[in-house]
Amino acid sequence: MELNRKDLLEIKELSGEEILSILNTAESFKEVTGRDIKKVPTLRGKTVVNLFFEPSTRTRTSFELAAKRLSADVINFSVATSSVTKGETLLDTARNIEAMRSDYIVIRHPASGAPHILAKNLKSSVINAGDGAHEHPTQALLDMFTIKEKKGRIAGLKIAIIGDIAHSRVARSNIYGLTRLGAEVRLVGPPALIPPEVEGPGISVFYNMEDALMDVDVIMVLRLQLERQGKNYFPSLREYAGLYSLTPERVKSAKEDVMIMHPGPINRGIEIAPDVADGMSSVILEQVTNGIAVRMAVLYLLSGAGERVT
Amino acid sequence: MPDNMLMDEMGIARAISRIAHEIVERNKGTDELVLIGIRTCGVHLANRLAVKIKEIEKTDVPVGILDITLYRDDRLTRKGHPEVRKTEIPFELSEKIVVLVDDVLYTGRTIRAAMDELMDFGRPAMIKVAVLIDRGHRELPIKADYVGKNVPTTKTAKVKVMLTEEGFDDKVILKEEQQ
Repeated sequence: MELNRKDLLEIKELSGEEILSILNTAESFKEVTGRDIKKVPTLRGKTVVNLFFEPSTRTRTSFELAAKRLSADVINFSVATSSVTKGETLLDTARNIEAMRSDYIVIRHPASGAPHILAKNLKSSVINAGDGAHEHPTQALLDMFTIKEKKGRIAGLKIAIIGDIAHSRVARSNIYGLTRLGAEVRLVGPPALIPPEVEGPGISVFYNMEDALMDVDVIMVLRLQLERQGKNYFPSLREYAGLYSLTPERVKSAKEDVMIMHPGPINRGIEIAPDVADGMSSVILEQVTNGIAVRMAVLYLLSGAGERVT
Repeated sequence: MPDNMLMDEMGIARAISRIAHEIVERNKGTDELVLIGIRTCGVHLANRLAVKIKEIEKTDVPVGILDITLYRDDRLTRKGHPEVRKTEIPFELSEKIVVLVDDVLYTGRTIRAAMDELMDFGRPAMIKVAVLIDRGHRELPIKADYVGKNVPTTKTAKVKVMLTEEGFDDKVILKEEQQ
């Protein structure tokens, strides 16, 4: 199965076969990342530009390593040091970058849809590394990869996603991907943080942790975006932690072999107890490792799109 | 044997047997010897060689699997993306005598890619090439050390190696493309 696309903008537009094709390819790239010489010549001569309008350590570093392990050249633009602070528009910035002969632009932007604008206007492959509260497709792909690697499948699994669903691009991308692959997704969090439009086939909403976690195979904890505190989504951090923090007690409702995930960065003691984050069931650091293989697969599979032979 | 059949089941079996004997003879045994099959048919042939060598020498020769997709020189000019599969070499290559095994030797570009990839795994003492069919038309200075059968071909012809491991009866077929 081919991924016949120039860009990776959202999980919503991918078919189940396309998602599985990325995950299978990532498996082969994971073998490369385990070698002594973790580098293959596949994208030699190609240029990847990381264009980040929001802070990020994990995602940017992960894309950078993925590109370097494929022998591409990488340039990092972060907004604080770029001409954007002089008033340049997004598209002008991107066009200038492309004029330097970039082949891929990896963009993170606070506005939903920003990557789509670039994709429409540029010849480079555009990869969405998080746009506003919309989507974060490579995070969802690495989450699905980690689940499939550990559980052997995704179809039929019960997966709980806990926290601020409304503002989470990670949740949104995962909901699209996991339901497309046949998982049963349970959303749990304060009512104000669960958007009404998420309901659909394969998705159920809970407001109580014990009910939501009953017999689940996977628990995905979202980062509580502390910057939104005080905007009346929930009364206080303490109350939030009391009701929705993933504690060792609450994990007991889930299946014995439950796996616990978090996209990072973690607020220890708020959305997840330290004992759970560091416990045997946690795969949080494996998610980070797998992120590189998944991003290598995405770069590889987009590389020939549109017959851009140069 | 039909005209277009280059080798039948017996022919393939005899070629494997002879190559196994030649490998053992030239290396004076199996010390430091490893076989690396190039996906897909090369892997099956490498496994068959290992079985044969065990019959002769009573020793197990390690067999690795090489997927050269990421090292191809045409990967960005071809349409679409060849599927990437895993390379599996769970043993040390440094100071080993590596026999690369493939089904057909043609332009030599696959062997070039395979050698580049092997070098990223270690520094073998020696790399040799074993193929079932050598059909000529080399584009790089590469030659086979062990050959099942030399077959003169036109550049438009296709050589198909079919093996039981892939669900066929063992045979090698030459197909002339009608231009």
